[in-house]
Order: sequence, then C-alpha cells, then structure tokens
Amino acid sequence: MSDFVQVCSIDDLVKNSGVAALINGTQVALFYINDAVYALNNYDPIGKANVMSRGMIGDLKGELMVAAPLKKQHYSLKTGVCLDVEGVSIPSYETKIENNQVFVKL
Amino acid sequence: MSKQKIVVIGNGMVGHNFIEKLVASEGYDNFEVHTFCEEPRLAYDRVYLSSYFSGKTAEDLSLVKPGFYEQNGITVYLNDKAVDIDRTAKTVTSEAGVTIAYDKLIMATGSYPFVPPIKGNEREGCLVYRTIEDLEAMKDTAAKGKVGVVVGGGLLGLEAAKALVDLGLETHVVEFAPRLMPVQLDEGGAALLKRKIENLGVTVHNSKATTEIIDGENCMNKMVFADGESLETDMILFSAGIRPRDDLGGKVGLELGPRGGIQIDNHCQTNDPDVFAIGECALHDGMIYGLVAPGYAMAQVVVNLLNANPGSFEGADMSTKLKLMGIDVASIGDPHGSDENALSYVYENGPEEIYKKIVVTADGKKLLGAVLVGDAEDFGNLLQIMLNDMDLPEHPDMLILPNRDGSGADLFGPDALPDTAQLCSCYDVSKGDIISAVEGGCCTMSDIKATTEAGTGCGGCVQLVTNVLNNELEKRGVEVNTDICEHFGHTRQELYHICQVEEIKDFDTLIASHGTGCGCEVCKQAAGSIFASLWNSYALEADKVALQDTNDNYLGNMQKDGTYSVIPRVPGGEITPQKLIVLGQVATDYKLYTKINGGQRIVLFGAQMNDLPAIWKELIDAGFESGQAYAKALRTVKSCVGSTWCRYGLDDSVTMAIELEDRYKGLRSPHKIKMGVSGCTRECAEAQAKDIGLISTENGWNLFVCGNGGMKPRHADLFATDLTKEQVFKYVDRLLMFYIKTADRLQRTATWMDNMEGGLSYVQDVVINDSLGMGDELEAQMQALHQTYKCDWKTAIENPEFIKRFRSFVNVETPAEQLFVQERGQIRPATEAEKLSGIAVEIKQIA
Ligand code: SRM
Ligand SMILES: Cc1cc2nc3c(=O)[nH]c(=O)nc-3n(C[C@H](O)[C@H](O)[C@H](O)COP(=O)(O)OP(=O)(O)OC[C@H]3O[C@@H](n4cnc5c(N)ncnc54)[C@H](O)[C@@H]3O)c2cc1C
Ligand code: SF4
Ligand code: FES
Repeated sequence: MSDFVQVCSIDDLVKNSGVAALINGTQVALFYINDAVYALNNYDPIGKANVMSRGMIGDLKGELMVAAPLKKQHYSLKTGVCLDVEGVSIPSYETKIENNQVFVKL
Repeated sequence: MSKQKIVVIGNGMVGHNFIEKLVASEGYDNFEVHTFCEEPRLAYDRVYLSSYFSGKTAEDLSLVKPGFYEQNGITVYLNDKAVDIDRTAKTVTSEAGVTIAYDKLIMATGSYPFVPPIKGNEREGCLVYRTIEDLEAMKDTAAKGKVGVVVGGGLLGLEAAKALVDLGLETHVVEFAPRLMPVQLDEGGAALLKRKIENLGVTVHNSKATTEIIDGENCMNKMVFADGESLETDMILFSAGIRPRDDLGGKVGLELGPRGGIQIDNHCQTNDPDVFAIGECALHDGMIYGLVAPGYAMAQVVVNLLNANPGSFEGADMSTKLKLMGIDVASIGDPHGSDENALSYVYENGPEEIYKKIVVTADGKKLLGAVLVGDAEDFGNLLQIMLNDMDLPEHPDMLILPNRDGSGADLFGPDALPDTAQLCSCYDVSKGDIISAVEGGCCTMSDIKATTEAGTGCGGCVQLVTNVLNNELEKRGVEVNTDICEHFGHTRQELYHICQVEEIKDFDTLIASHGTGCGCEVCKQAAGSIFASLWNSYALEADKVALQDTNDNYLGNMQKDGTYSVIPRVPGGEITPQKLIVLGQVATDYKLYTKINGGQRIVLFGAQMNDLPAIWKELIDAGFESGQAYAKALRTVKSCVGSTWCRYGLDDSVTMAIELEDRYKGLRSPHKIKMGVSGCTRECAEAQAKDIGLISTENGWNLFVCGNGGMKPRHADLFATDLTKEQVFKYVDRLLMFYIKTADRLQRTATWMDNMEGGLSYVQDVVINDSLGMGDELEAQMQALHQTYKCDWKTAIENPEFIKRFRSFVNVETPAEQLFVQERGQIRPATEAEKLSGIAVEIKQIA
C-alpha cells in the first residue's frame, strides 16, 4: 500500500471541472466539485486516450459523475464505475485536502 | 384484356391529384391515362400562389415530381385545351386537333375568377389572381405603379392583398359587404381582423360598391363608388368569388346547376355515367367547393370506383384555418349561428387582439361552429369536437377561455378522438393513420410528414397532428419529455428566455433558482451557449469553464488520441500566400498534420494541449483569428471567385462572403451555422446546401435558408429574391437571432424550421414582414453581439490565468507523452497495435 502523495495546492484546481496530474508516472484526473476532490485514472478505457480530466462533471440522479470527453459515457466520480456500459470502470483513488494542499493515494 | 382509357380534362390541383391517386392504386396496371392541360405548365400549388411574391419560383410551386408522368406512361397534352367532347363516340378533341377515345372521362376544369360587371373592368391594370401568368401580369403592373386595390375582402382577396404588399404597393381592400370575410367570420371577428390588417398598412373599405372605373389623375385608374367617393389606383385585382368552368360540359349536354357547375351525385358521376366531374367545376348537393381538400376527396371517390371499390362523396366540411398576413384566422362549421336557438360564447381580449367565439346547440351539448381571430391554437381541437360530434363539457366556454393556470388543459386530449377522426383534411390522414405510422417507426413530425404527407398541404393540422404524435409516443413509453435534462424542467427555449428576462449570467444562479442538483454535460453546455448568445460571455472565464465541452474549453476539437485541431479563420476561403507560408511554418515547427478541409480552409491536426497557446500566438501575430471550428457557432462562409475573376460572375461573392463572415463570426447558436455565397446560378459554392446561402442574380442577391449537408442533407429554401446587400444583412440578422431565440439545443436551422408550425412561410412572415414586431429588437441584439466580438484565442493568450488551463499536468512541467506514426510524410495517431509493437514514436523524436 502506498501513501498519500502531496500533489498540488487547491488553487491549482478548477471549480466544477478537472485537471490532470502526473503522480509517480501515472496520469491522474482530479475533479473539484462541492468543495471536495475526486481522483480517477486519466485513461479513458473506451476512447483509449488519456483524456478523462477534460470531461465535464455534474450529477446524474444524485450520483456525481464525469462524462468522457470523446464519446460521453458517464463514470461515477467516487467509484470510477461506468454508469452506461456494464463491466467498464476506471481506477479511482482516495484523496484528502489538508492545509489547502491536495493529497492522492495511488 | 385491353386497358381502360381514362382521359382527364384539366391538369390543375385536383386533376393531378386524381392521377397521382390512380397511379398509387392497386389496379393502376389496368388503366391508360391521358390528360389535357390548358396551361403551359403541369399542375402547381395554387394554395401557395402568393409565396411567388416572397421568393418561390414556378418550379418550387410545381406539384408534379420530375419524371412522374413519363415514368407512369401518362400522356400529357401540354398547353392544349379540350374544346369538344363526342359523348356518343366517346372521344375528346383538343384545340390543337388531337382526338382521343375514352372509356371514362374526368372533368377537372376548375373555376375562373368572377369579375363583376363594372363599367371599365377591362381597362389596363385590371387583373385577376389564379394562375402563374396572372402573377406575372401583376408583377409587370406593379413595376409601373404605386397603388393596388383588391376588390373582394374574402379569403382569396386577403391573400391577394398580401401579394400586393409583397409587391411593394400601397394596398387597399374594397369589400361590398359590411365586413371582411363575410362567409367565414362574424361581425366581432371581422372587426378585429380589419384592425389587425390595417395595422399592417392595408386600408380596408367596407360596404363599398364600385360603379365605374375611369382614368385616374395620379394613377392609371380611378374607382368610383356608389356613395360618391372614389379611389385612385394603378392595379385593380378582382377577387370577388369563383365560377365553375362548366362551358365545355354544358355545351355537350352535361347537366348543370341553375347557377352553374357540373351536377354530380355522391359518386361524382354526371348525368352521363361515363363522365365524372371533380374539384371546383363540380356541383354537389348545391355546393361548389372552393377548397382543395373536398376536391381531393372527390378524386379519391372516383379512383375507388374505377378500381371497383366502394366510395362516395357525402359533402365536405368548409372549416378553414389560415394565416393571413401573419394573422391567424379560423372558421369552423356554422359560425353565424343560423339556427336561431343556437347559443354563443364570445371571448375578446383587446390588448392582445384576440377574438374567439363558439356557437353551440340550445342544450349546450354540441358544437355548431366557431370563429377564431388572432389566436387559432384551438382550431384543431374545436374542429375535431364538431366533426366527431363529441359532447361538450358542462361549461363550453372553457374551450376558448385562456387556460392560465394550466388546469383542464386536457379537456379534449388526443385520446378523446376516435381513430377515424380525420386530422389532415388536405391529405385525408386520420388519427389511425398517424398511429400506424408511429407503429412503423415514425418518431418526429418530420417523419410523419414524410410518411403520411399530413401537414404538408395547408399546414393547418400540424399542431393537432403533433399532439396526437406525442401522445402516441408517450403511450409507447417513448420519452417526449421536452425538458432539457433531469436538472431543469425547461426546454432550451425556456431557459433562454429565463436567462434573458432575469439577466442570469452564470450557471450557479441559474440552477439555484430554476433547477436541481449539480447539472450535467447537457444542461451545462446549453447554459454556456445561452450565456454566450445573450451576453457574449467567454468560455474560459472562471465561472464559464465548467460549462464547456472539451472542444470549447480548449478552443479546438479533441481528436481520437486526445490531441487538438487548429483551424484558423480564412474568411471566404481567401488567403494570402504569406499567410499560407505562416501556416506551413507553424505546422512544420510543431509537427502538425496538415489538410485542406471540407469548409474551404486549412486544418492542422495533432496539436498537444500544452502547445496550443504558443501555436496560436504565432498565428495571431501573423493576422489569423480563431475559426471557431470547435464551437456551435458560425463555421465557414464558402465562396466562389465571383465577378472579380469568373467570366460568369454577376456580383462579388468573395467580398460578400468575407463581410458575412466578419459580421457573424463568433456568434454562438444552438448548433453550428454554415454559409455559402455563389456569384451566379452555376452555384460553385454550394450555397443551397447551407444554413444561409446567397446566389447573385442580375437584380441582386437571392437568399436561401435552412439547408445543410451532413447526416440528413436538405436543400435550402428560397427565402427572398433580388435583395440589396443591406436587405441581406437585415434578413440574416433577424433570421439568425430568431433561430437562436427559439431553436432547441443541437437543432440545425433546417430541423428548426421544419418543426415550426407554419414552416418557411411563418419564418418569412416574421423576418420579412416583421409579423411579430420584433425585427428591430432582433437586429439590435445581433448588432450588440457583433460589436462585442473578440477572437477567442487572442483573449486566451493575453491572459496568463486562461493559459494555465493548457498545461498537461498541474504538478509538473513535463508534457504528456503522445505517440504517432508517419504516413505519406506526415504524422498520424498510432493505433493500439502500433503502440504495443513499439512502432509508434513520440512526436519529439519524429523530427
Ligand atoms: C475538419 C472537417 C473535415 C475535413 O477534414 O474536411 C470536419 C471535421 C469534423 N466534423 Fe464536419 N468537418 C468539416 C466539414 C464538414 C462539412 C462540409 C462543409 O462545412 O461544407 C459538413 C457537411 C455540411 C454541413 O454541416 O451541413 C460537415 C458535417 C458534420 C456533421 C453533421 C452535421 C449535420 O447537421 O448533420 C458533424 C456532427 C455534428 O456537428 O453534430 C460534424 C462534426 C465534425 C467533427 C467536429 C466531429 C468531432 O466531434 O470530432 C470533426 C472534427 C473537426 C476537428 O477535429 O476540428 N461535421 N462537416 C471539416 C472542417 C470544416 C471547418 O473548417 O470548419
Ligand atoms: C390564390 C389562391 C389561394 C388559395 N388558397 C387556398 C387555401 O388556402 N386552401 C384551399 O383549400 N384552397 C385554396 N385555394 C383554392 C384551390 O386552389 C382550388 O380549390 C384548387 O386549385 C381546385 O383545383 P381544381 O383542379 O378543381 O382547379 P384548378 O386548380 O383551377 O385546375 C383546373 C385546371 O384545368 C384547366 N382547364 C380548364 N378547362 C380546360 C380544358 N377545357 N382543357 C384543358 N384544361 C382545362 C385549367 O387551365 C386549370 O389548369 C386557393 C386558390 C387561389 C387562387
Ligand atoms: S466525416 Fe466523420 S470522420 Fe470525417 S471528419 Fe467528419 S466527422 Fe470526422
Ligand atoms: S389539413 Fe392541410 S396540411 Fe393537413
């Protein structure tokens, strides 16, 4: 088990949107919504490109989600599970905010 | 068995419709059809005759699909009038001397306009309104004068008045009766109609009998009235009723009515069992029907009988709904309450200029008739109640009172109608037909139009058919919820109005006050587009960023591998060699794939997100601007070289295209907008395949609208002709703003117009005649957007905050790895297999 890694300041994030971070060689998508940070792997398993951080976020029936920017499938921000295609999911990572700094545990 | 010979005299609306129906019938192989057509062209749409003056051509009005007669083996004697019939020998002889034998003869000779026997009625400038030749005569006369008078304030007369207005004449209507449309309207309705028409600049003179037409002093003619007054005018258009063309029939002994018309029975048979009469020449039960629908019904009856199927014509309903000069007018059943026990209810709304009246039986149970002026939305509903003899609610006035709190809206929903209820009288389409169409897969009004033809005639039934369609879809579990998404109980159009009226400029405010939850990619993008359309808000502003799809967010289209395209604007497709060199240099420096694209400009593909600002800085320094290829906005204005270089060019299409591009660049809209400008009718710029198309003519620009290529190609409709540049911009301003205001999200202009009640002619009314009185506002809104235009990319590179967005990663400066292979001397994205096998290389190494 790895530990939380300090990634960036909360000011580097964009409210209600995503940014990408490179953490130990892994591309991670960070989403900032309702004062919380969610982290998923940046790779779109259906579009097959590192683009998830550039998807639009919001909610579907209360479940926070990101819409893949290439083909618009929805993924849960919390679990990475695809809400449209069964059996597809994106790795999700634990996050925390401390002293205005964002931490992610791969 | 040899074929039965069918001869049709008259190739008008009904004669042609009869042939179409016969061709479509199961027994068509048993018939051989010949038709005499007195006019120099095949059947055309008289109902839309007046649109000839707002841009339609004779070809547009034609009802005959090219090649239809040839393909079905039908002989047409064009420009040849039948002059004699030998009922014993069973032959018809024409003016040109052709004689043909018939087994069955169909008289479809229509009618002619009645010209009252006024002294001087044959003077120059005295015209009628029935054929395309009449229209040409009107055009010629209008070119020589300033004033036009229509004699007759009935349905056709008011249509004709519209034509005179379109021709730019000072227009008057002279009516003998004390009110307009005396047959259809009651006093209250007619008074309101008069007021509305006068607001449009037409002067109405009621209770005026013309006694004589003499030389005028300021105009060609002067009409003298029985009350001693007079009116000077250049053109006098008689529209005082129609008379059946029964002369040929009468001459050969067909029985005529006492006041004319070829007498027919319920089988449309004349006193000669081998001769039928249909359409406006036929007299059925004392009635001549001056509308197409009854004529089409008669045609169907004869086709049935010829195929040995049952059929009978039992009379027809004369209810009508029209848009006269943009004013809704409808009349149903007996609106005069001729039955003296009948009761009536009247609703009049002065400020909004609406008048509605219903006439019901003495016991209040059944509807006898109705008049609607200013708002005819209830037409379909009321007509069905009357035709299907449905019981009225306890308080019948509910049917016409405004339903402000939404209660009782479904008093007579589509479910109340029997399946046999005829919804579209022009094409005899019943509720049952719509249901079968839905079962066959139709989901939209456009599908229904294509499959059943419902709504493609006079258009009066569109609202009702749409209701039935939506109801059926709903029953089948098809979501017809028009809400934009689960977060808002509104359509895009409603959200647009909300944002405009409440001056909402950010999503948080919008969703807090009108929605629920956090929003999603659908409502956020719609809101982003609305804010941009209303306030020219910028996509990268902190509170707008989250509302954009990745394409708008990074000001380029995302490619399959996550890179972006760079498409600078090349207005009108004109580019200097120097700029071409810059494009080539930038593409070389940043190793971009280069292609001439389908929009007459150059696209550079494969740009890394973190390189975009630097690439665009170089382009902007060289004088380029963003091409907005990523946005729902104006894309390109395609042009041909035009009069500057081309030996056929009539006007400078390149300058026009550049000016259009300059005015509308950056304009955010419900979907993308494309334009084209051709210098002559050879149409090298394919303007007729664009949302807005211009073609130069000898007399100015012809404006085409609502075309597109793409998934469902659609030719643009001719909107207006011979325009000056100033008029072009005025109309385009109005049309585009109206589209932006009212279209659904991701609806191209074609779908928008096709789904609008009244379609093309409604939009023409709004734009050309300013029927909604919002022309100035639309133009001002466009002007404001134009003045606040800024190049998206220039704004981005000038602001370090915006540029931050383009970093590959927030925490390190390393750019993301991106793998390509080379093909034909340029890069392309690597396939998965190439990535795995190690063929693909990082862009850095390609150089
Ligand atoms: C680059 C280009 C193809 C090319 O190499 O020639 C292109 C590329 C794309 N087109 Fe196109 N279209 C291009 C000209 C056209 C044309 C031709 C034209 O404009 O004359 C058409 C048909 C004409 C029309 O639209 O009426 C066209 C009809 C479409 C459609 C179907 C639209 C429709 O109403 O059915 C889409 C899909 C959409 O918009 O929803 C589309 C969508 C796209 C997208 C945005 C698909 C996407 O989401 O990735 C493509 C990406 C562009 C990019 O990466 O920047 N593209 N596309 C052309 C760019 C023109 C420009 O400079 O703006
Ligand atoms: C301006 C205008 C607006 C209208 N608007 C509406 C509307 O909104 N709704 C509606 O329902 N109706 C409307 N009408 C009425 C509608 O056009 C007619 O009901 C319809 O055209 C009747 O069709 P028809 O075939 O009987 O007659 P026509 O269309 O007149 O056709 C008869 C044809 O027969 C030809 N002909 C006659 N005698 C001979 C001969 N001896 N030999 C060869 N050919 C011959 C004529 O030249 C003509 O072409 C409108 C009419 C006009 C003029
Ligand atoms: S036709 Fe299809 S594949 Fe080709 S550019 Fe247009 S959208 Fe892309
Ligand atoms: S009733 Fe005329 S188009 Fe349907």
